[in-house]
Amino acid sequence: MTDWTRASAADMAAAMQRGEVSSVELTQAHLDRIAGVDGDVHAFLHIDAEGALATARAVDEARANGEDLPALAGVPIAVKDVLVTEGLPTTAGSRILEGWIPPYDGTVTRKLREARMPILGKTNMDEFAMGSSTEHSGYGATHNPWDLDRIPGGSGGGSAAALAAFEAPLAIGSDTGGSIRQPASVTATVGVKPTYGGVSRYGAIALASSLDQLGPCARTVLDTALLHEVMGGHDDMDATSLDEPVPAVVDAARDGARRDLSGVRVGVIKELSGAEGGFQDGVKQRFDEALEHLRAMGAEIVEVSCPSFEYALAAYYVILPSEASSNLAKFDSVRFGMRVEKGNVERTMAATRAEGFGDEVKRRIILGTYALSAGYYDAYYGSAQKVRTLVQRDFDAAFAEVDVLVSPTTPTTPFKLGERVDDPMAMYLNDIATIPANLAGIPGMSLPAGTAPEDGLPVGFQILAPAREDARLYRVGAALEAALVDEWGGALTAQAPELEVK
Amino acid sequence: MSSLERSDVERLAALARIDMSDGDLDRLSGQLAVIVDAVAKVAEVAGEDVPATSHPIPLSNVHRPDAVRPSLAQDAALAAAPEAEEGRFRVPQILGEDA
Amino acid sequence: MAGLTYEKALEQFDPVFGIEVHVELNTATKMFCGCANQFGAEPNTQVCPVCLGLPGSMPVVNEKAVESAIRLGLSLGCSIRDSSRFARKNYFYPDVSKNYQISQYDEPTCFEGSLDVVLDDGEVVTVGIERAHMEEDAGKNTHVGGTGGIQGASHSLVDYNRGGVPLVEIVTHPIQGTGERVAEVARAYVATIRDIVKALDISDGRMEQGSVRADVNLSLRPKAAAGEDQAAVPFGKRSETKNVNSLRAIERAIHHEVVRQAELLLAGEPVVQETRHWHEDTGSTTPGRSKEQAEDYRYFPEPDLLPVEPSRDWVEELRGTIPEHPAKMRARLKDAWGFSDTDMRDAINADALDLIAASVEAGAKPQAARKWWMGELARTANDRGVTLRDLAVTPAHIAELQSLIDEGKINDKLARQALEGVLAGEGSPSEVVSSRGLEVVSDDSALEAAVDEALASQPDVLAKIQDGKVQAAGAIVGAVMKATRGQADAGRVREIILQRAGVEG
Repeated sequence: MTDWTRASAADMAAAMQRGEVSSVELTQAHLDRIAGVDGDVHAFLHIDAEGALATARAVDEARANGEDLPALAGVPIAVKDVLVTEGLPTTAGSRILEGWIPPYDGTVTRKLREARMPILGKTNMDEFAMGSSTEHSGYGATHNPWDLDRIPGGSGGGSAAALAAFEAPLAIGSDTGGSIRQPASVTATVGVKPTYGGVSRYGAIALASSLDQLGPCARTVLDTALLHEVMGGHDDMDATSLDEPVPAVVDAARDGARRDLSGVRVGVIKELSGAEGGFQDGVKQRFDEALEHLRAMGAEIVEVSCPSFEYALAAYYVILPSEASSNLAKFDSVRFGMRVEKGNVERTMAATRAEGFGDEVKRRIILGTYALSAGYYDAYYGSAQKVRTLVQRDFDAAFAEVDVLVSPTTPTTPFKLGERVDDPMAMYLNDIATIPANLAGIPGMSLPAGTAPEDGLPVGFQILAPAREDARLYRVGAALEAALVDEWGGALTAQAPELEVK
Repeated sequence: MSSLERSDVERLAALARIDMSDGDLDRLSGQLAVIVDAVAKVAEVAGEDVPATSHPIPLSNVHRPDAVRPSLAQDAALAAAPEAEEGRFRVPQILGEDA
Repeated sequence: MAGLTYEKALEQFDPVFGIEVHVELNTATKMFCGCANQFGAEPNTQVCPVCLGLPGSMPVVNEKAVESAIRLGLSLGCSIRDSSRFARKNYFYPDVSKNYQISQYDEPTCFEGSLDVVLDDGEVVTVGIERAHMEEDAGKNTHVGGTGGIQGASHSLVDYNRGGVPLVEIVTHPIQGTGERVAEVARAYVATIRDIVKALDISDGRMEQGSVRADVNLSLRPKAAAGEDQAAVPFGKRSETKNVNSLRAIERAIHHEVVRQAELLLAGEPVVQETRHWHEDTGSTTPGRSKEQAEDYRYFPEPDLLPVEPSRDWVEELRGTIPEHPAKMRARLKDAWGFSDTDMRDAINADALDLIAASVEAGAKPQAARKWWMGELARTANDRGVTLRDLAVTPAHIAELQSLIDEGKINDKLARQALEGVLAGEGSPSEVVSSRGLEVVSDDSALEAAVDEALASQPDVLAKIQDGKVQAAGAIVGAVMKATRGQADAGRVREIILQRAGVEG
């Protein structure tokens, strides 16, 4: 009997079309897998078996009736708990929203429903997407399927772990400074942060509005592209949404899989690949090998310098907390969510927020409140916005020379749970390579580059492209993936240790 | 830029409406001071002539037509409220005044 | 110090004031979402994820609100910024759903204008406008328990129907040099803004429903000594009185603040820079939050919204839609109609100016139109406790009525009866005249018979007339009018009497 949970979304869709498997069978297989392994992994905060199966049954009936169905109809998906789902609990990983059932669907949720994809459940995340390990979730950390003692990345560790543990073939993520790419890197999965405005943010619980972007997560580049096309496109509910067609990313992925990169100029970002970034040896080694593959497929590799990136982390940790401090003000115990009653409304609000928010959220709210306060605005927020301009200029100059930029996604393989939880600065350094893309609004992908020889844990390869050129990520990514899978004799995820099914 | 003091954190927490115990202040103040010192370097690099970027992709005049869309039903609007009364959200006594 | 009057206070101090007027726009939908913008609905029925500030929701700017704001700015002589932005004003308050208000801060859409305000006696004061910017309104708190006010309430209830309604806030520069006319100028300024927004049709201008609301800043400084420049004397500490929501209240609030501050200063006590609340019942203000402990609003550019960059062409197109300035229109009409200052002021105060104008447009003479609207109709409206617009009479009716009089078909008395019919919904003046049979008796032979009969019954009067006491004819006119039940033309009757008496006029 085929274990459908190991298949790609593209293969599942094709098999359903050929009548080899039903959506109910696929959905049930994933629900069974979740029941078997999620006790250890803890990728999900909420499972909607009933809703997923109802969607699956409807798709199977429609297919039986010969209806035209969207490409991914019947393929189950996991949704990061940052995205609002009508009728399904949505918490953004925070206790302050425990039990909240939204009265509306986010735009991407609506698109998933229109694409007729069964929603398996909501995945765990660092509270309000603040973190790189899911250890800041209000509901306990997610564990990396490669090593249950290690972090699955964050903030979207739940979505990435669900993919790596074969609990779902596809997942929704959100990326403010790397929350799709860094978890993809440490779980050997694929994740894309689209161009800012490429996917509607309406219904995505805001962390930092000018940095946030929803994106697709999967185990293959093609699956990621298929989901990208479902999610993307203009939305008049999001003023920052681009009024442009979705880039042809599926075509680009298929094109890339032919492994011809002749004429493609690839820039290696000096500041994000050298010893100065604190990159682990095995990470560096796998990155260099990936470059060799690109060169072998005809790409020209050059080194480019982005001197302002030195200031990117600091700018990010000013802009993000500033916007977050304002975005999170709505959690006040009046209209929804937790209330800790304590005399008058002011004290009730303060008591609720003290109880409902975790330490990392409090740290960042205080930091943002400080950066925006009278007398400090120019030195912090104002300056950070200028650094943002410098980072954009660095990218503009680099993309005048090359088609895509590359770097390791994270400086290290996944660290141990608990190792950095009390050292915020060390945690923040995880994002050093992913943050610049968010500051500039450009698209980025992380895909598996292998495992580090010293610890056998996954290494991610990051590709960045100019704004609106998301298709380039898929072309280069699919080419590299094809070359590496060939070398490995199969997907890297197959090399992960088997989880105990309980 | 001088580092963040415990008293600053206390004032900021009040502004951000988060109760903090002495223990919270002890724990968070030190961490915050380290972070503030680290991010202060943003002020070092960009000169007067560098414009600020507030939106990563420059767009303008994205407006919607003045056309009514359906609102939520009252019970849906109030469904998640910790407390509701007479079709309204109920809150404890308000001490401050209108801003 | 007790008993200090406003006039006495202003003999010693020079007032400086400024006003922030909030105008609620009459767009179909709210500023940032598609919920209906309508006053008086059931609580929390005009709300959605956006205006309730639910997690994940995002604002999108209402283009009509932008258009209204620009038109208002142009009417105030403002420059329109090529690129303006929204900003978040962060503060926690239960009626502000997101705990920040989307407003405009350092880059308002309209800036630096000026407005000529005409006082009752025709004096013109030019008020400098600092800015006019867009923002969203807050919801409404209802306080339960105690006396219904915020003090002593046990809890409060929040309705977000008003939350997100589009506002334009107009901020003046400090207004100096008004002296003892400060209260009058303040009132006239707000009245002018109200008239402008109504003429632009961007707001219903109803102060009683909060569609136009004012916050009044006022400070006093010592009067300059003779020969010194008053403008060189530094401003005093100011108070800001919030939510003064009628023209009369603006005058009263300024009176109160002038006296209150003068008393403090004369007693050698400081005026505290603070927000104060206006109490309509007592005509006084009480302190709110003092500015020293004011919130730090942490303004920053709203990241969910993009810059507003109106093209020059669009701005010019909108400039073409700006109606004549109400004050200029009034000056022009006053000249054209030959009205006195009193006529004009009464018509304005009765809100009858456009009714008179429309009647004139329909063919009535200005004085006749004024007479009807400000006389008979004003009395009727007053008796019924309604406005002139609520009466079942139109400017076209008035023009028609007056032309019936001018043609001699009816006289004034019959005209009043015809108007009664119109007010009772019996149709147009002509229709009422014909259905009620109100036309004047214009058949001379019938009038001659009536005159002869009256003269015959009062031979002594006839003798007086023939003696040259022509005014005695009045008694005969009265008798004839009585005999014809008022339907005779009194002038014509008089001519016939003199004819019959043999004393040609």
